[in-house]
Amino acid sequence: MEFFRIRRDIPFMRHALVFNIISFVTFAAAVFFLVTRGLHLSIEFTGGTVAEVAYAQPADLAKVRTTVDALGLGDVQVQNFGTSRDVLIRVPLREGVAQSEVVGRLFGALCKAESGAVETRSATTEKGESVTRQACVASGAEPLALQRSEFVGPQVGRELAVDGAKALAFVIVGIMIYLAMRFEWKFSVAAIIANLHDVIIILGFFAFFQWEFSLSVLAAVLAVLGYSVNESVVIFDRIREAFRKFRKLTTAQVIDHAITSTISRTVITHGSTQIMVLAMLLFGGPTLHYFALALTIGILFGIYSSVFVAAAIAMWLGVKREDLIKGGGKESDPNDPNAGAVV
Amino acid sequence: MNRYPWWKYAILVIALLVGLVYTLPNLFGEAPAVQVSSGKATLKVDANTVSRVEQVLSQAGIKPDFVQLDGQSVKARLTDTDVQLKAKDALQRTLNPDPADPSYIVALNLLSRSPAWLASLHALPMYLGLDLRGGVHFLMQVDMKAALGRKIESVAGDVRSLLREKNVRHAGISRQADGLEVRFRDAATLTAAQTLLRDQLPDLDWVAAEAGAEPKLVGTLKPQAARAVQEAALKQNITTLHNRVNELGTYEPVIQQQGADRVVVQLPGVQDTARAKDIIGRTATLEVRLVDESGEAQAAVAGTGPVPFGTERYAERGGAPLIVKREVILTGENLTDAQAGFDSQTQEPAVHLTLDAKGARIFRDVTRENVGKRMAILLFEKGRGEVVTAPVIRSEIGGGRVQISGRMTTVEASDTALLLRAGSLAAPMEIIEERTIGPSLGADNIAKGFNSVIWGFAAVGAFMCAYYLLFGVFSTLALALNLLLLVALLSMLQTTLTLPGIAAIALTLGMAIDANVLINERVREELRAGASPQAAIHAGYERAWGTILDSNITTLIAGVALLAFGSGPVRGFAVVHCLGILTSMFSAVLFSRGLVNLWYGRQKKLKSVSIGQVWKPAAEPAGKA
Repeated sequence: MEFFRIRRDIPFMRHALVFNIISFVTFAAAVFFLVTRGLHLSIEFTGGTVAEVAYAQPADLAKVRTTVDALGLGDVQVQNFGTSRDVLIRVPLREGVAQSEVVGRLFGALCKAESGAVETRSATTEKGESVTRQACVASGAEPLALQRSEFVGPQVGRELAVDGAKALAFVIVGIMIYLAMRFEWKFSVAAIIANLHDVIIILGFFAFFQWEFSLSVLAAVLAVLGYSVNESVVIFDRIREAFRKFRKLTTAQVIDHAITSTISRTVITHGSTQIMVLAMLLFGGPTLHYFALALTIGILFGIYSSVFVAAAIAMWLGVKREDLIKGGGKESDPNDPNAGAVV
Repeated sequence: MNRYPWWKYAILVIALLVGLVYTLPNLFGEAPAVQVSSGKATLKVDANTVSRVEQVLSQAGIKPDFVQLDGQSVKARLTDTDVQLKAKDALQRTLNPDPADPSYIVALNLLSRSPAWLASLHALPMYLGLDLRGGVHFLMQVDMKAALGRKIESVAGDVRSLLREKNVRHAGISRQADGLEVRFRDAATLTAAQTLLRDQLPDLDWVAAEAGAEPKLVGTLKPQAARAVQEAALKQNITTLHNRVNELGTYEPVIQQQGADRVVVQLPGVQDTARAKDIIGRTATLEVRLVDESGEAQAAVAGTGPVPFGTERYAERGGAPLIVKREVILTGENLTDAQAGFDSQTQEPAVHLTLDAKGARIFRDVTRENVGKRMAILLFEKGRGEVVTAPVIRSEIGGGRVQISGRMTTVEASDTALLLRAGSLAAPMEIIEERTIGPSLGADNIAKGFNSVIWGFAAVGAFMCAYYLLFGVFSTLALALNLLLLVALLSMLQTTLTLPGIAAIALTLGMAIDANVLINERVREELRAGASPQAAIHAGYERAWGTILDSNITTLIAGVALLAFGSGPVRGFAVVHCLGILTSMFSAVLFSRGLVNLWYGRQKKLKSVSIGQVWKPAAEPAGKA
């Protein structure tokens, strides 16, 4: 099997301007939605309470909503989570409400709405762990059960947001320094712009669809940033090699050659990673849903940006043969795989 | 040129074996067990306890797999849950003849089913995070201001007694925001006091302040002393939490410091947040102070006058207010034991306290000097103080044995004793983050994560084998080794596996295949350019290596950033991600090359390699593009 049977170098750079315009438009749209709609931050960042309740029967969301509203906890969100029987309730932080007691009150009220009573049940699981929990019992059956709850204080949320920003900055600076050392500053600038534009586009998607932006999504975004810079690295590697090998080609032709000769690898690698992410999207359940979704967008746009955007920006910045040959040739780095490639 | 020296193969075989051995414990699952730990500070669990447990179990006709001492507790692994419950009952009955005052805590537990020889190699299964097994998680913030305040309070007492001892007269000591202010009548005494205090209380910086009419000495806590106080407070709080949680026999609790002033508490298996909070959220501390019985204080009690300077107003159990001096004579720190019991004369429920040597000496001195006066024993719980009892001191009390009684029920007495015995907190704590995960949700999460990895792996492997044929098989085997090594490494380091961690395993595998794709594409390219098969393999691996290194380093930069700045779930993700990148470099390059060398390396006149179809432009008829 061989998917890519490319006879001649594809003239990608001839259309560089078009690609850059497409990039710019999507980027601008992403920024627009980020500004106008904003990110739907999870309670990990904003502070607040989340409770996941599993009903025995498909849950009546309207009823749950009125029950919860009656508690006067502020702007509470009630929605299905995964299945129609699971309900996710989000309670924001509010002055004067003891957050640590919110879950207990919620559960009590919901239990009462199903005409049950809360009691402490102690049981031994089949593995032998002894488990005590608050159970809602109505005429012998359990109409609902608390699956998960989470409460995050305001100071924790603020710290997480700051730490997230720090992590992003660290990744950007780290990658730029590494690329500048390994190649040249023009490449490092090009790679970072291309990949940051990916990050902004992922965030734009989250803002547009108002998907929940949680800590794990942040982790996915940063992982994708590191991963799609790979792509640029592979192409830059080839550009350097091609500059050495083909002394007569123009810069645009060299870039075209580099992209063409790596396109097969690019698509297969990203395809393989996407297969894994797809498995997570299909089997991972609601907890991994947005994580996998962020990765999917990141991988798809990663191909596009590192292939078409990064190289194009490097070209606009005026990459020349001398930039690379001087840097890479004289050193004759023993670890450099291309050291022997000069014909 | 495609041959490895024998030692490289040896390294690969060793890596494979180590990977297998350390991955193995994860496959055995867990078996029911019974855990016996000490219920009293004075009682130590040791080898004698092991033989005792063995004896009790054999008397009850139960044959455990093994009984072993594991840190602070004895664990016996049993065959099934029925036997487990029987064993628990038998141990409970025999080890604790008096149920009201248990010497041992007998709890149900789980132990890995893996054989003993694995455990002796320290090959233990991964520890599952709360999101995979269910339980409660708390993040608690320690109120460091209160800890410092308490320290300054105690220094104020020291200053008072020091100055009295040395006959230096002062005109008053008052507490400031972050230190003490001692006023004097003249400059000479100030200098004398300054020398004395600097010498005797080096934790504070003593500076003379000349502002206003009377000379003042201002003492502020030195930064390193403040740090020491904070560290000690955190440590004491963690120890206290340990004691409280152990007292309730929770299974494998995690109590850890996080940052400078936070404590993480994780209680697997506990689903009842309210009870868990009750256990750990109690900030009960004991203080012994003197009651102010002056005329002003009487007026304050009656509500006709203000509360006098240097005193506070507290309610006595039963409702009557009481004016108590601010100066603390003793705190819970000086307490070594507390037991519920009954007053020998009145038969009222009481708590018997035993003080340490320092506490006993102070208590003796104070009671001797204050015969006829009242002393209040206060219990601070959740920031609110309550006078448990305020008896009149009839005579000097020596020997460090004190009894608290007064308007308590039996339950209250045993609760108070438990609370005091478990130690007091050096500073109050507040829950700032809380997470509860149901056990069914945990099992569900394991299944989901596991399915993602397996299906993703199968799909990637199938694709690689179909596209690159034999080289694809090698790549898939290398990917399998990567998974094996990653799980082995995680087990070896005993990291906690969470759902984001499983996601990271899946993602890392998806990214790791990149290295093999790079290599295989390079080999194909060399073949396309007309290189001989052996040369193509060689050149393919050599040239791909630099690119693989580059791309892994950029990914690693992102991983390290997550590790450095992430917390909670992100950290779990980052650890696995970083380790996965490292193992992938080993398996994708060294291991797959080893397989290729083993297969093709010896064939001198290799005609073709099985790497899928290599399409050559020249071979294609023209005009079709």
